Amino acid sequence: MQTKKCQVLVIGAGPGGYVAAIRAGQLGLSTIIVEGEKAGGTCLIRGCIPSKALIHAAHQFHKLAKHAEKDGHMGISIPGPAELNMANLVNWKEGIVNRLNKGVEHLLKTAGAELVTGWAVFQDAKTVKVGEGKDATIIQAEHVILANGSIPIELPFMPYNEHVISSREALSLEQLPEHVAIVGGGYIGLELGITFRMLGSKVTVVEAMDSVLPIFDKEIRRPLEISIKKQKITTHLGVFAKGVEPTKDGRAQLNFIDKNESDESKMQNIVVDKVLVTVGRKPNSVSLEPTGVALDERGFVKVNERCETNMRGVYAIGDVCDSGEMLAHVASFQGEMVAEIIAGHKRAYDPVAVPAIVFTEPEIVSVGLSPEEAKAAGHPVIIGKFPLGANGRALTQEAEKTAGFVRVCAREDDHRILGIQGVGTHISELVGEWTLALEMGALLEDIAGTIHAHPTMTEMTHEAVLATLGHAIHTV
Amino acid sequence: MGTFAFKMPDIGEGVVEGEVVEWLVALGDNVKEDDPILSVMTDKATVEIPSPVDGKVTKVIGEAGDILPVGVVCIEFEVDGDGNASASEAPPAPQAEPEPKAEPAPEPKAEPVAKAEPAPAPAAAPVARAAGTKALASPAVRQRARQANIHLDHVAGSGPAGRISHADLDAHIAGGARGATDSRPMGSTPRTELNGTEEIKVIGLRRKIAEGMIASYSTIPHFSYFEEVDVTALEELRQHLNATRPEGAPKLTYLPFIMQALVKALEERPECNALYDDDSNVVTRHQAINLGIATQTDRGLFVPVVQHVEAMDIWQSATEMTRVTSATRDGKATAEDLSGSTFTITSLGRLGGLGATPIINKPEVGILGVHNAKDRAVVRNGNVVIRRIMNLSSSWDHRVVDGHDGASLVQLVKGYLEHPATIFM
Repeated sequence: MQTKKCQVLVIGAGPGGYVAAIRAGQLGLSTIIVEGEKAGGTCLIRGCIPSKALIHAAHQFHKLAKHAEKDGHMGISIPGPAELNMANLVNWKEGIVNRLNKGVEHLLKTAGAELVTGWAVFQDAKTVKVGEGKDATIIQAEHVILANGSIPIELPFMPYNEHVISSREALSLEQLPEHVAIVGGGYIGLELGITFRMLGSKVTVVEAMDSVLPIFDKEIRRPLEISIKKQKITTHLGVFAKGVEPTKDGRAQLNFIDKNESDESKMQNIVVDKVLVTVGRKPNSVSLEPTGVALDERGFVKVNERCETNMRGVYAIGDVCDSGEMLAHVASFQGEMVAEIIAGHKRAYDPVAVPAIVFTEPEIVSVGLSPEEAKAAGHPVIIGKFPLGANGRALTQEAEKTAGFVRVCAREDDHRILGIQGVGTHISELVGEWTLALEMGALLEDIAGTIHAHPTMTEMTHEAVLATLGHAIHTV
Repeated sequence: MGTFAFKMPDIGEGVVEGEVVEWLVALGDNVKEDDPILSVMTDKATVEIPSPVDGKVTKVIGEAGDILPVGVVCIEFEVDGDGNASASEAPPAPQAEPEPKAEPAPEPKAEPVAKAEPAPAPAAAPVARAAGTKALASPAVRQRARQANIHLDHVAGSGPAGRISHADLDAHIAGGARGATDSRPMGSTPRTELNGTEEIKVIGLRRKIAEGMIASYSTIPHFSYFEEVDVTALEELRQHLNATRPEGAPKLTYLPFIMQALVKALEERPECNALYDDDSNVVTRHQAINLGIATQTDRGLFVPVVQHVEAMDIWQSATEMTRVTSATRDGKATAEDLSGSTFTITSLGRLGGLGATPIINKPEVGILGVHNAKDRAVVRNGNVVIRRIMNLSSSWDHRVVDGHDGASLVQLVKGYLEHPATIFM
């Protein structure tokens, strides 16, 4: 058993933890980061990155299918339908993941942060034990950053098994399931559901709310809902999943019932190969009990605007803490911030805008307030929209097919921009400008007075702003 | 094998909670009964808590800085036999440091963002902004303001919609300094205005002291009374006793004499040697005279106690006072050394001064402040003579000690000290 001491101990090498450790190392703090799996966390290993790899592959496969139709597409034909080898696809995805994983490890090393592999078991808030027996390492720290992340919520009446899987398993299936049921029509379920559909699976979504993606407003949801229908994804809205039973032929029967129905004989069911449960994620805070940090009733570590917990010198960032959305970029921002706070800088988490993206087809992006939220907050609001169908670049890459648009919401009196949302194919890449505009306190006139490159989809932001001011050029 | 849950023990009279200074054991450690396991600070002292059993530590609650109430499970052991696992109810989470969220002052309703003039607004005057809107500024400007401890609500923005630029922030910072410059007379040395601050958390002993002072000063109506004492004769006696003191006896300062004088005076005025429980409205007069001696240490103010001064002679009281104050300065005082006082003496020693208004060590009802003795010119029988004079300050709980009584006690002490032979009669 060996004992190590450090100034900063980071628990978890996800996008919050590894950024915190790199920054702490850069600042000259002796830093140890403990990770039980590969460096990179949910985001890199089994979340954002692998899902985007599969989504990209699914688009590719889907496009090829068009070219294989009679007379092809855009003058390009291929002689027969493209073939999918799921195992090879997953290998390709793993290649990307491994590259990024090695990259993170290299960055940690270069910054002088020591990566210790193993699960950290807390002895007290500032001491962890990694490993067992004589190979165990005790690490004592002056400051601890809890970046434990989150895990998929498991439904107690349908535990994960061979048929019932979480997003983690869905990203590593060796065989394409013929029919996938998605329980929970939130962003993770829809991203994966659409991916499986494009790869050729039959997909059925079971959602308890009355719409998919209920966190977005109706106007923004609409193009996605139409697209889902066109893609022949079946949705059962307003129903509760009730359980999964194995069938005789080795498949799974998912039972569900209308949420207002108490008569069990009205139970409906579908027989599928996999049931993907994506009903949300929960903070991975069970192991924190010995630290004495205060959790809220949902298990999130309570923190203030500096991500400080109730224990002096113990910080929590990212999905495990109750500050900010459960998003990788929030975790990274908080990680960098906390490292600097430990180094004596004055920092606080006070973003004006946190971008959120759903990588469905079409994509949905939101920054700042929606018009409804802005009105509810008492702002006098003006709104402008611009459709992808009127943007040259969008047409050249067939992005307008999903009927997307950009929507800007600003204050009527002083024209400060309150929020920008968009829905459409390829629209996620526009979000950088939107977020920057909000953080910089941009007015409509600031974006109106900025030359936007032609031909790009960013021109839509310009046009939507002009529309908000009442004088769009390329729309009526 | 069983689990033995150990509750934070009652560590002294009236102690309801302790602050964890340090855990002396870690998870997985094997400990023997009576091994020290935890160091906690109470409002009286820092004490080490011994292990109640032989066993292996399976759980510790709280870390340095956390407050553990008496009676809460603070550690669990794996022990041979059954243990007392039933005691293992979930401990309350350690108290969070109060973190008052700085709520911005309600913004005055205003015309939608009046064009703010770049002229610096008077410091700390909120700038008018449209209701429900925040100061508009880029992340870099916000970060600079945070670094400089400037609240952007106080900065006028010259940009559209009142947006605050770096230049606006510069103007705001320069604004304060310029005023100072203008009022400077010709030829004076330029001084830089400093705006840095340092936040020091009020924790540990400092918090205990703060709580004690508030408890005393916010409930006790203090009245203070001052008197000067001619200690010329006492000084002669003191010098003589020190010159002829028995081997091993301590050198006498004024304090042992004052302690002995207090014993006599308090016996005559028992209403001053009392503890007032203002919850139940009972004053308990004590026969024992246990004198608290306010003692400054590196860690802050402590009040070690010389118990039963009424049963001591001057040498014993000097010896015991030295023992408890040194133990306190060295951090070795026991809880007993630090509790049980019935009256307190506070002496500023070399910082003597002329007078002070000491704060009563609640629930006591009086406190005596001792100032340093100095040779002064005084009038005796129509002549100006040099006498050694010491000032006494006292404060009394006017709820239960009348002015007459407090003053009488001080006069008794004065009488004994001016005629030191009477102390020993």
